[in-house]
Amino acid sequence: MEWLIQILNSVQYGLLLFLVASGLTLIFGIMGVINLAHGSFYMIGAYLAFSLTQWTGNLWTALPLGIILAAVLGLVLERLLIERLYHRDHLHQVLLTFGLILVFEELRSIIVGDDVHSVVIPAILGGSLPLTENLSYPVYRLFISAVCLALAAAMYLTIQKTRLGMMIRAGASNPEMAQSLGINIRWIHALVFAAGVALAAFAGMIAAPVSSVFPGMGNQVLIVCFVVVVIGGIGSLKGALVASLLIGFADTFGKVLVPELAGVAVYLLMAIVLLFRPAGLFGRG
Amino acid sequence: MRTRTLVLSLLAGVAVLAFFPALAEKFYVQLVTKIMILSIFALSLDLLVGYSGLVSLGHAAYFGVAAYTLALAAPASDPANFWLTLPLSLAASAFTALVIGALVVRTSGVYFIMVTLAFAQMVYYFFHDTRVAGGSDGMYIDTRPSIGIAAVDLADDLHFYYMVLALLAGVFVLLALILRSPFGRALQGIKVNEQRMRALGFATRRYKLAAFVLAGTLAGLAGYLAAAKEGYVNPELMAWHQSGVVLMMLILGGMGTLLGAVIGTFSYVLLQEWFSTLTKHWLLLMGGFIIVTVLLFPQGLAGLPRTLAARSRSGLREKNGDA
Amino acid sequence: MAMLEPILATANLTRRFGGLTAVDGVALELADHSIHAIIGPNGAGKSTLVNLLSGELKASAGTVRLRGEDITNWTPDRIARHGVARTFQHSNLFPSFSAFENCRLAAQSRDSGLTHCMTRCLSPAESYREWSDAADRALAIVGLAARGGLSAGALSHGERRALEIAMSLATSPSILLLDEPLAGMGAEESARIVGLLKQLSAGHAILLIEHDMDAVFALADCLTVMVNGAVLATGDPQAIRANPDVQRAYLGADSTLLPV
Repeated sequence: MEWLIQILNSVQYGLLLFLVASGLTLIFGIMGVINLAHGSFYMIGAYLAFSLTQWTGNLWTALPLGIILAAVLGLVLERLLIERLYHRDHLHQVLLTFGLILVFEELRSIIVGDDVHSVVIPAILGGSLPLTENLSYPVYRLFISAVCLALAAAMYLTIQKTRLGMMIRAGASNPEMAQSLGINIRWIHALVFAAGVALAAFAGMIAAPVSSVFPGMGNQVLIVCFVVVVIGGIGSLKGALVASLLIGFADTFGKVLVPELAGVAVYLLMAIVLLFRPAGLFGRG
Repeated sequence: MRTRTLVLSLLAGVAVLAFFPALAEKFYVQLVTKIMILSIFALSLDLLVGYSGLVSLGHAAYFGVAAYTLALAAPASDPANFWLTLPLSLAASAFTALVIGALVVRTSGVYFIMVTLAFAQMVYYFFHDTRVAGGSDGMYIDTRPSIGIAAVDLADDLHFYYMVLALLAGVFVLLALILRSPFGRALQGIKVNEQRMRALGFATRRYKLAAFVLAGTLAGLAGYLAAAKEGYVNPELMAWHQSGVVLMMLILGGMGTLLGAVIGTFSYVLLQEWFSTLTKHWLLLMGGFIIVTVLLFPQGLAGLPRTLAARSRSGLREKNGDA
Repeated sequence: MAMLEPILATANLTRRFGGLTAVDGVALELADHSIHAIIGPNGAGKSTLVNLLSGELKASAGTVRLRGEDITNWTPDRIARHGVARTFQHSNLFPSFSAFENCRLAAQSRDSGLTHCMTRCLSPAESYREWSDAADRALAIVGLAARGGLSAGALSHGERRALEIAMSLATSPSILLLDEPLAGMGAEESARIVGLLKQLSAGHAILLIEHDMDAVFALADCLTVMVNGAVLATGDPQAIRANPDVQRAYLGADSTLLPV
């Protein structure tokens, strides 16, 4: 039965990872931009959770504020910088967004400092759900999984079933045609980027109570997101979900079964996928 | 770049660097030694990125593996044997590059960038999380390697400086020769149009792997020298921040030119020194500087004449009312 | 005349893209020392067929045989090393290299084994006269001898088409797969290339995709008509011209396409 706890942990980690990685893979799939600073948004979200919770008193009020701030940040960034990268080669995108990471890290250091912080779980979600006689599972972790699932479903519905989603998909496959049909591609791109930033930041915010808030968290999550995108295939949300869950399991069970090599488990998984599918499990060739 | 210009700039550079210690104090000799070592690192990456079009974001892994090999192979208190430990370290880097390379050359474009980064992280975590080589604390190397010639003592910073200078010049010449050879031309063809190269009959994957291993080995040379110089290694040597930094050096100096790699390294380190005097948050300034460079001067310093010429041409056209 | 084994042959060659069958069960034979032309309306699958033959695309079904050997799953570079050269419908060159370097690199591919290459890594590429000479010859044959020093990107459209052909010739192939080599060429350049192809057919096997009907009927020893991915008719050019099915397929679109 202890496995049930590890399974729940795997799912929670995987779903959280999906939230962050989905932004990364969408931004690349739709705008063709590889954004190294994506992990920084996760870090910014976590630090926002910390600061705003201190300011407003609880996480519930901090969340919507944080999302709005993150979305605005995303919009501003896209208009000022990211837009100029759409037709540049990947090397320049990598370099510019690497510069962004440095800027974000130092700004955070200046504004909030380099300390590790914790964020208090809201009271309603503070308890544990009993699973068996002896085992119980934290309600908050279930909450994280539930929220991520809901957002994943919302993403799917938006992209597949709404007009907005249709415009996004059109813009992704043929921007010029979409533009000449009257779709405002520039705003679609700004929207997608802002949404990606907000998703990553939101993930950081809800993860903060369980993973604590520390300076290296952005870089850490970025690398794993890259592995998610490589395994899942660029631009594929389905691939990102499958890959995130796979990694969630590999990482969690890796830590339990072989602690010394836990960090390596994820990369071994990536190596195996690469041997057979260099474009990822669901990648478009 | 024309051969004559290349040879002249090489000779001029070597001459300047050779006379430098006579005019400078010890601190600056050590600084320039560090810059020369990093130049070797940058040159090795230029082969991959600038000439073959392979944007590797995990190049620091091979730098670090060689450094660690020296640390692990060096005896507890005696100086290590240069002629044994250097080939050993180069072999370790080459082997790591071969294993990782065999997997990553199956990918291209963004995937390649991401997997090179991910595998380098794996190497980083291996050294960071295990106690194989001191974990996050790193390891010390008590004395510099010994070259076995009585007159040369690498523990003397001046001797070490000239050895590094000789190696830098050697790497520069080696790369210049390779790049104009059939192999080098094929790599450049792969960068411009890999599909066409395959359609012509080149087994491009093998060429890319060869370039990857060669670049990794040269990065290992730089790593060995860095470890020998500092007498200390830790996992941060192969953190991906390092890989990002060496890319920044390349774009600062100008990618796809050998001279640019060296100029970029000098520029970056000197900029870093200057920014550090301004604020402890100098990375903020560096980050901003890189962003501006990418947006406005992507050809780097070596390409500055071209960038300015193109700007003034388009400026003139605008003035004259052309579209 | 004895029936010679075709140098390149396909059986039931098929390629599907999701629901679309771009090439449908094509059986084709290319005889040595001849020109086999493929014609058909746009979207008939001709370029896809060339991509299947050269290895750029994997077949969904069927086989391709080169001198009897099954090459269906070979990579493009392996096929090229066995003497098959192809040109692309949209010029696929090295725009930043000079026209000469484009051809020299093409000639270098003949000797491109990596180990062999790395053992000669210290001499400049130009010092290998065989490749430079092959490049000069190829440029001269297509009439670009004077333009060798220009970067490929600076050439005119017609010159770029000619460079495409020169590059494939520089690889000393035995089989040429030419995808609309005359597209966008002026009358004089076209005439020169037609004359060149006629000469080359004596020593090579040429598969020619073209829309220029005058050139097709001047050159083809064998003609295949493709419509909607499948072969409509194949055989002697004059017989094809008179074939009522073929005339109907073309009359639907443009009756002047097939000169009477």
